[in-house]
This record gives sequence, structure tokens and C-alpha cells, in this order.
Amino acid sequence: MSLLQIAEPGESAAPHQHKLAVGIDLGTTNSLVATVRSGMSVVISDELGRPLLPSVVHYCADGDKIVGYEAEAQKAVDPRNVIVSAKRFMGRGLKDIAHRESMPYDFEDNPGMVRLRTVAGVKTPVEVSAEILNVLRERAEAALGGTLVGAVITVPAYFDDAQRQATKDAAKLAGINVLRLLNEPTAAAIAYGLDNAAEGVYAVYDLGGGTFDISILRLSRGVFEVLSTGGDSSLGGDDFDQRIFCWIIEAAGLKPLSAGDARLLLTSAREAKEYLTQHAVAPIAARLASGEEVDLKLTTEIFTEISKTLVTKTIQPVRKALRDAGLTVEDVKGVVMVGGATRMPQIQRAVGEFFGQAPLNNLDPDKVVALGAATQANLLAGNLTGDDNWLLLDVIPLSLGLETMGGLVERIIPRNSTIPVARAQEFTTFKDGQTALAVHVIQGERDLVSDCRSLARFELRGIPPMVAGAARIRVTFQVDADGLLSVTAREMTTGVESSITVKPSYGLSDDEVASMLKDSMLHSKDDALRRALKESQVEAQRLIEAVQSALRNDGELLADEQRGKIEAAISRLQVAVLGEDKRQLGVAMNDLEAETREFAAKRMDKSIRTVFAGKNIDELESVAASEKSSGESA
Amino acid sequence: MDFNADHFALFQQPRRFRQDVALLDKRYIDAQAQVHPDRFAHAGEAERRLSLQWATRVNEAYQTLKKPLTRAKYLLMLAGHDLGEENNTAMPADFLMEQMEWREALEEARTAGNHHELEAMHRRIRQRMNDSYEEIAVLLDDKEDHVSAAACVRRLMFLEKLLADIDEAIASLEE
Repeated sequence: MSLLQIAEPGESAAPHQHKLAVGIDLGTTNSLVATVRSGMSVVISDELGRPLLPSVVHYCADGDKIVGYEAEAQKAVDPRNVIVSAKRFMGRGLKDIAHRESMPYDFEDNPGMVRLRTVAGVKTPVEVSAEILNVLRERAEAALGGTLVGAVITVPAYFDDAQRQATKDAAKLAGINVLRLLNEPTAAAIAYGLDNAAEGVYAVYDLGGGTFDISILRLSRGVFEVLSTGGDSSLGGDDFDQRIFCWIIEAAGLKPLSAGDARLLLTSAREAKEYLTQHAVAPIAARLASGEEVDLKLTTEIFTEISKTLVTKTIQPVRKALRDAGLTVEDVKGVVMVGGATRMPQIQRAVGEFFGQAPLNNLDPDKVVALGAATQANLLAGNLTGDDNWLLLDVIPLSLGLETMGGLVERIIPRNSTIPVARAQEFTTFKDGQTALAVHVIQGERDLVSDCRSLARFELRGIPPMVAGAARIRVTFQVDADGLLSVTAREMTTGVESSITVKPSYGLSDDEVASMLKDSMLHSKDDALRRALKESQVEAQRLIEAVQSALRNDGELLADEQRGKIEAAISRLQVAVLGEDKRQLGVAMNDLEAETREFAAKRMDKSIRTVFAGKNIDELESVAASEKSSGESA
Repeated sequence: MDFNADHFALFQQPRRFRQDVALLDKRYIDAQAQVHPDRFAHAGEAERRLSLQWATRVNEAYQTLKKPLTRAKYLLMLAGHDLGEENNTAMPADFLMEQMEWREALEEARTAGNHHELEAMHRRIRQRMNDSYEEIAVLLDDKEDHVSAAACVRRLMFLEKLLADIDEAIASLEE
């Protein structure tokens, strides 16, 4: 494994200005990390030159955790402790998981996110994912020769709030600063669009190991606008494996399987599926621990037949996404295929037939998401200056609503709203002196709460006691650029802000994440503490550079006294960075943040004022022309 | 750009129904290019918070002005005109009759699984709506007749709901 070149010979930009940022594709089956070097997105391989990291974690009795190919090799040997496809369990409850009977895991049944009992203790899918992210972070830092400033981590576009938050929590546990949670089809569109200078409406059909996404995007000169998105977060290549698995059991007349044999046959099923991409017949041969023998031949015809309904299941969300975008197949200029599972011939055929054109496969379907994420990470970290930057306008995939009387849903933010988006709703009290209010937020398109997905319960406390019905509590629901919901509340007559406790329905509470972080510090070696300090130092350095750059560009907005205070805070932080005291570092960072608050507002104002300021001749003419014309239709 | 201005003033567009949509799109992109959170992902907390507020504001304004129906409703609201949308009896009888006929046709087509007819209904309702937008442009921009415009908007809201139900019927046929 070689240290990647930081700068090309002769490059004028000072190398130390380049921020180390990566894109991470945390996939169901495989994960990847990529970065931008010398203007090009590249996947970072391991010491053996392998770009993919199997998303598999082996928990050993001695407390060791093994991630990747080595772990995968153990999956039939130690099926209960080798966790595969943990992404399917993120933000999900036990009853959400299909085919769990054929899974060799020891699931813990409690309300909220499912947990797995392993020989190393009870693990959440968040912790499993954190192990994978950790390996990728270390891989990247070793290759790039420094601590990462941040990463863009991709998620299926159809992931709900719980699944997204779980991903962010996993990143936190792995010591990764998340620059953005990016939707996988959008990441692929960036890789594709920038690569091909494409313009027009494109569909991204993304079939991964465990999730299916369809996104309709409009690409035009530097703007990637998601028009609609849809999918199925429990449908993927794994399900095709499952069909073959069931066929094997039936065709070979097998008795109920042990966990190890089940794992063995699922692996055979997957291998057969992949083999059929290039061949007409796949031999399936296995000797089970039970002594039974499997000796079958799976043909393309049989596979196509047994997986027919799965293929159809992917077309429905495509139709819906097109309708949501107000478009037909004729409007779609190209269909980009993403995800290893799109290699299946029946998928290529079905998509080609539906869209009436050959799908585009020119970018490696396994790598395109990571490459796009790396490109975006490079932009978000601040490595690109100026004019060739692009704008990404993404959407929320599922409607957000509130539970009202009688178990009904009142939709407050509709699906496919461009993010960030907010909506305010007014509530009042129904009892005299009531000081708290409970709000139940759900995601989904149906009218009954029971048919939708519970997101979280928010408790608003600190409402000033009043006569029933007198309080006017304005609750603002904000969805940020990561697609995550946050809630603020203010009582309007008194202006008092209510405090909000969040009880996520399928997530970890802030306390749980904090305590897991602490645990990982205590039980790892000193490395963990040192790493945490390093990360804080990098974050502090990032803040210092950002403020210094702001002073260079917009220093004239500040009075001398204000500027002096900011510069003093920078100096104090620079001193703290050199020290070993993480707590002091934190305090110094907060101080600098506080001192620059007003400056930030002034800079934002200055930025805003430049918008529309440079009206050119063409624009003025077009305004005059539109004043004469007679409007437009829908 | 003034955060507290109305949506039209935010984009420096004239406050009227007829809009140059291409120009509005361009203003929207120009605005987001300055304030979008992606531009501040590596900045301090204060800037990230401000950016989130601004980008949200810009999205809200754009979404309202982009679609003719929401634009019309917004204009009426700015003019202080209460839509009185709860009030069914404000709808003319012949309009309500026509709505009932449409709904019966929808039900028939849905039960018969008549995809073709449902698509045709979608097109017809869409055309009706487009024609209404022409009407609203005249009422709001030329005649400043808010009362008639409001009546037109209320009818359009019925049609929009009908369209959504037709689309849902089409969707359920496809499943």
C-alpha cells in the first residue's frame, strides 16, 4: 500500500491547504472509501490492493473484532457471530426483518432497533456498522497520511429518518465527522453527470444488496436537481439469493437446516446468482454438516422465473417516481444502473424494456457511489474554490406527519419536498395549567398512524401554565440537508422556548450513543483516547482555517475591537491545539465559535446582497419581455 | 434578498400571478448557490445554522411561487383575502354537481380497472386546471378581482384533490 501523492510535481496550491476528505459507500454487501487526488476520484484499496471491504463483522470470544474478507471466511463456521448485511437492520425493529427465520442470528426482541446477541455481548446494528466505518477510516488515514477532516457517507435515498440517524450515530462511534449524508443515487448521478457532462432528465436505478432506490434527476449546467425519489429499503440482491436458497431446499428435499448449513447454502445461492450473469447454467454442489448432499443445476430460465415477482417489485416505485415528477418514460434521457445486483440479465432486460432504451452501464456499478461521494466530499471540505462548483438539490423521500385524534395522520411535509425544508404547526393545551405536550411524528403516505412508520415521540416541556386553550405553542419541524428531522418549540404568547426530549422509535438516544463512545474508549487501548484527541485537534484546525479565511475575505465588515477579540480567540485555540487537554480544546473552540457568531451573520448578509446584484443586460431584457407576455400554464 | 420580505420580494419578482418561470428558476438557483448548507459544511456552527435557515426560506418561497395554484393562494393571502375554504356551501351548485359526476366516473373506472379511461380523465382535469389558470391571471393581474379569483381558486382546489385521487387510482391499478 503506497502513500498517495498529496500534490503533483509543479502544483502551485500549497499541499497543506488540501483538506483530507473522503466519500464512503457503506453498502449492505460491500463498503468502499474513495477520495479525490489531483482532481480525480479514486477508490482507496487495502494492503492487498482490494478496493472492496465486505460489510461483514466477526465478533470473537476474546473480544477481538474482525472486519472484511477474513470475517466473511468464517461465516459458515461461526454463523451466529459473523454479522452480514447489518445495513438491513439499521433503524429497524425485529418485526421489520423479513426471512429472519432463515438467518442464523440470535436476535434480541425489544422495542426499538433490533439487537444481536453475540459472544462478545449484545450488539446494535449501529455498533456493527461503526466497526466497518472504523476500518475504512483507518485505511484512508493510512493512505493519505493524516487525520480526516470529514467524510460524506452515502445512504439509500429511501432510508427513513431512523435509518439515517443510525448511520450518523455509527459514524460518530467510528470517530468520523460527517460532512453530509448523501443519497446513493444522487452520488452516482454526480459521478456520472460530471464525468459525462450530461444534461437532461436521468433516472438512477440503484439495486444494492439490501435496498432499492429509484431517483429521477434533472441535470443541467452545474445543477443536480432531484425531482422525485422512491424505492424499497427492504429489497435487494439478498432477496434474489433468498429465492435461490428456497429453491435449493425444495429441489433437494432438504430437512430443516442448522445455522451453519443455512449460511453455507445462502453463500452457494449468491455464487450461483453471480455465475448466471455470464453463464446459462450454474452448478450448485454442497455437502452439509447434516450429511445431506446438494447437487443441482440452476438455469437462467429457472432463476428468471423464481425471481420474476422481485423484478416487478422494482418497477412499481419507478412508475410512482415518474408520476411524482410529472414525467413519462419519454422524458427520460438516460437510465444509470447502480449496484452490483443490476448486473443480473433479467434486471437489465426489465429496465431496458420499461424505459424503452438500453440502460447506461459505463461506470463500474460497484464503485460509482463511492466515487461520487468522494467528489462531493472534496467540495464540502472546502478544497474547491470558485466557479466550477455544482449545486445539489435533493429531496425528502417520505412524507412526515403528526398523529392527531383517532389515530389519523396529518401530513405536514410532503414527500419529494426539496431539502432543507421546514413547517410550523400550532398546538394548544387542553387542560388548565398544562405544562407539557406530547407529539408523535411518523413517516409514510397512508392516512392511519398504524399504517405508517413511527419516527419519534417528542415531549415539549416548560410550557408556561395557563388556562386550557390559551397557550399557543408553535412547533417547527425542520428537515436538514442530511434528511434529518429536528424539532423546536416556542410558546408564542410568552416567547418561552420549550425544551424538547426526543424518544426515537427505532434509534439510539443521545445518552446511549455517548455511553457507547465512552465504552469504546475504556475498552480499547490508549489508541482510542489519542485518536479522539487527534480528531479534536483536526476539527480545531479546520475551524481556525475557516475563520482566518473569513477574516481575509470579509475582514472589512468588522470593527477593530471585534476583530481583535476574534484574533485573540484564534490564538488561544492555537495554543490549545498544541496541548493534550481535550476538554480545554473544546472550551477554546466554543469560545471562538461564540466570538464569530456576529461576524458569521454579517458575512451571510454580504453574501445575500450579492445575489441578484449583478443583473446583466440579458436578464433585464427578459424581465421586460415577460412583462409584455401573457403568463403560462401549469 | 430580505429574509422577512414576502416570497415575491425575496426573489425580486413583481407581485403578480403571471410570472417568468424561467427567470424565477434562475433566481432560485442563484440564491441557493449562495446559501445552501453544502457551501458551509466546513464552516463554523453559526454559519451552518444561518445557512440552514436561509436555504429553508428560499425553498419555501420558490415552492410557493413555482406552482400556479399555490402562487394564486399566496397572492390572495397577501391581499388580505380570506379563502374561506372550509365553506362548502360557497361553491355553486352546478360545480358541485359536476364534481359528483366526476367522482362517479372515477369510481366506475377504478372498479372496472379501466386504466385507459383514468389516464384520459387525468388529461381532461389537467386541461381544465390549465384553462382556469388563464382565467386567474386575468382576474388577479388585470382586473384585481379578488373575490372572483378566490372562487376560481376554491374550484381549483377541488380539481387538484380530484386529480390526486385519479392518480392514486391509477397507482393502485398498477400494483
